[in-house]
Amino acid sequence: MPLYHAGRTALLVLPVLLSLWQSPSAYASEVRESVLTNGLKVLLIEVPKAPVVTVQVWYKVGSRNEVMGRAGLSHMLEHMMFKGTAKYPKGTFSRTIRKNGGNDNAFTSQDFTAYFENLAGDRVELALELEADRMQGLLLDEKEFQLEREVVKEERRLRSEDDPQSFLIESLFAQAFLIHPYHWPVIGWFPDLNAMTLEDLQRHYDLYYSPNNATLVIVGDIKAEALLPTIKRLFEPIPKGPSPPLQPIEEPAQRGERRIIVKREAQVPFVMAGYRVPNYTSEDSYPLTILESILSQGKSSRLYRSLVYEQKTALAVGAEYSLLQADPDLFYCFALVKPGQKVQEVEQALYRELEQLHTTPPTEQELQRAKNQVEASYVFGQDSNFRQAMLLGQAESVGAGWRHVEQFLARIRSVTAEEVQRVARRYFIEDARTVGILIPIPPRSEPAALSEAR
Amino acid sequence: MLEMRGRGRRPEQRRRGSSHLVISLFLTATLLSSVRAAQAADINPVRFVTPNGMTVLVLEQHWLPIVQVHALIKAGAAQDPPEEAGLANLVASLLDEGTTTRTAKQLAEQIEFVGGTLTTKAEEDFTTASTLVLKKDTELGFELLADILLHPTFPEQEVKRVRSQILGEMQSEKDDPGLVATKAFHQLVFDGHPYRWPVNGTEETVPKITQADIQNFFSHEYLPNQTILAIVGDIPVEQARALVAKQFGSWKRGTPPSRTVAKPAQIDKPVVRLIEKDLTQATIVLGHLGISRTNPDFYAVSVMNHILGAGGFSSRLMDSIRDRQGLVYGVGSHFEPNLMPGAFMVNLQTRNETANQAISGVLTELKSIRETPVTDQELADAKAYLIGSFPLRLDTTAKLAQVLSLVELYGLGLDYFSQYLRWIEKVTKEDVLRVAKQYLHPNRYALVVVGALAKAKVQP
Repeated sequence: MPLYHAGRTALLVLPVLLSLWQSPSAYASEVRESVLTNGLKVLLIEVPKAPVVTVQVWYKVGSRNEVMGRAGLSHMLEHMMFKGTAKYPKGTFSRTIRKNGGNDNAFTSQDFTAYFENLAGDRVELALELEADRMQGLLLDEKEFQLEREVVKEERRLRSEDDPQSFLIESLFAQAFLIHPYHWPVIGWFPDLNAMTLEDLQRHYDLYYSPNNATLVIVGDIKAEALLPTIKRLFEPIPKGPSPPLQPIEEPAQRGERRIIVKREAQVPFVMAGYRVPNYTSEDSYPLTILESILSQGKSSRLYRSLVYEQKTALAVGAEYSLLQADPDLFYCFALVKPGQKVQEVEQALYRELEQLHTTPPTEQELQRAKNQVEASYVFGQDSNFRQAMLLGQAESVGAGWRHVEQFLARIRSVTAEEVQRVARRYFIEDARTVGILIPIPPRSEPAALSEAR
Repeated sequence: MLEMRGRGRRPEQRRRGSSHLVISLFLTATLLSSVRAAQAADINPVRFVTPNGMTVLVLEQHWLPIVQVHALIKAGAAQDPPEEAGLANLVASLLDEGTTTRTAKQLAEQIEFVGGTLTTKAEEDFTTASTLVLKKDTELGFELLADILLHPTFPEQEVKRVRSQILGEMQSEKDDPGLVATKAFHQLVFDGHPYRWPVNGTEETVPKITQADIQNFFSHEYLPNQTILAIVGDIPVEQARALVAKQFGSWKRGTPPSRTVAKPAQIDKPVVRLIEKDLTQATIVLGHLGISRTNPDFYAVSVMNHILGAGGFSSRLMDSIRDRQGLVYGVGSHFEPNLMPGAFMVNLQTRNETANQAISGVLTELKSIRETPVTDQELADAKAYLIGSFPLRLDTTAKLAQVLSLVELYGLGLDYFSQYLRWIEKVTKEDVLRVAKQYLHPNRYALVVVGALAKAKVQP
């Protein structure tokens, strides 16, 4: 797949993934777990419906494992992972997958780095061979690194620098997390990218790329019994690596609202409000998931109905919450302000929707709709091998474990309206809020659009 | 290779209106490659035509308890009157905003209460309306989909609201340099042709569209005999047949308006448009008129374009401009396979200062593939990918429904699934060279650059 577009697509995958994070036993495919002697965890699901398979290798390393001054190191290493080994030199990895009719790529988040190949079921061994080879065989070359650094800087320009909303989101997280590594963006800052060295990459690779820090997930047209010996043959010779340090960095409690204003050339204002919330380790994560649905799922959701449909002050609204984070993160709401409307009014309207839940629980109908949406999207998600594998890989990588998935839906079904109200009162409070506002300023010069024939 | 974060979802509206780009991606992703897999996956839909002229394709898939019903109406933005660009899109956007028996609110609540989805979308050549539901809600899905296709009322207050929403989105789209560049590019390439305007119209045309225009377009264009219905999922053919008859049986056949649109013309010299924006990167689109989906050279062009710039990491453009020069994060080339010839375009972003270097890199590759035959290895790899990746194009219910409806629209025939392999395999090095010479024009292209022009100093 063209990378540029793959990137855009994957950013949109997450919300789906989030709703996938539920598993009614009625439809769940059986997960077969094995742990190799070197600590590599292997999760296999047989899905014979189409002759295709997804192979994913998940490493428990992301921007949360970086240090100040080297933001973006995990993502840079992800790029370098395509630069070749002694056995498969530069360029051969993707070319080999491609000429076997497959697609390959990778993605990095705060908590993990994952590599994948989607291809025909009868080519699964090829992907395994290539992934096993680069787990510890990567050759880091100075010249390749210099070139790839420029590619990553272009990626940063594309995704963050030149996109007003992404730029605001980046600034908001830097405000909301002062100490915790969620402070910096996954892609890193320019000075950090410039300061990075080949030695930094080598150290990161040596520390985190080992079988005992990885999960191999395969979903598709496979026979688990038959495949496991192949997996052992290819991966078991890889020696166990060091135990990566635990990084129990706790962000102190927030004592008062924080606000970040970004003024730049843009067409319409954008408002965000992020609230500090717990992750999967807390029982509150289930009502928070329901809250996300009630607020933002579909045209009958509260934010859409109120801001877009009735007040007509927003072009788009949304709420984001992922309980599959290694550390507590933000629950955030946003609104893209309609041209001609006042940003302050839209901000206040967002708060009104959240605070209404302080005093009044959701209706039974609303609660049931949210539960049905969560359950249906889980079933819809099973239609895709890739999404199924992502769900397991992410659950493992953030520390929840794939079995956590299995009890999720039962827990969602038991959420009560009172719990939703209690959680809204507990977390949607002004003093724990970080607000981000994008204020458009006019272009420095009038757009000089000129056409000419040559 | 991308950065992903557990946050950073863009507002949904970004996806609407980016019509040209989305179409090209979708079609390259679905129709370029097909076959060995199709056979392996046993894709044998049942096809029938209802008494009122609707073509129905049913594909039973019992793996999961879900059903997708996907309607394709053969009327899109290409049918907009020139002074009403955006009409087809406005009609599509209003289908689920009120019917004779349900308000906008009721429609949303009914489908969302069961966790289902109901979506509509106008494209250049057609409009789609789809529902995805759990098996237990199959009847409801059919009922709601039929309701919005047969009985929309286009209430005045909803027309007003949706129109102003679309205009707002159009303004917001100006923050996306990729969209700004693609829109400008289409205006240059399709001068005087309906493909020149974005599907969602322009700030001049949309305010002029009235409820009467909408109603008129709907009653003339939305006809059962202009509709393809693809049904995929956990539903027996007989049940599908019965539900089609029950929900769509009363839809009245009609005479479709005649289509008089001429084929778009080639531009005859290089045309450049530079758009100033205070950005760190220059967004560049370079290309010209391409081919229609029904052109017999489609398969040779697919192989050629794969080698040139559609083959991801292994394409020539990626290898040269990203991997050897480090100028871009992504670069790719696309042919939009519409009913009439769509655009051929190369897209990339690079820092302003390297814009000229990147443009010259693109032109070098366009010239090179026209002058020298591709290698045996390149040809073999491209064909192996196009054939071998077919199952990946059809691995979900939604993808199957979309591809089935397009195979029907383009008249490819249901044996398309077995023919495609042969057409790709037949392509020779000489064919690749011939179509490169015939369909790539490095001397008469449209070039759009959006960025900080003082830094980019574009010297085309």
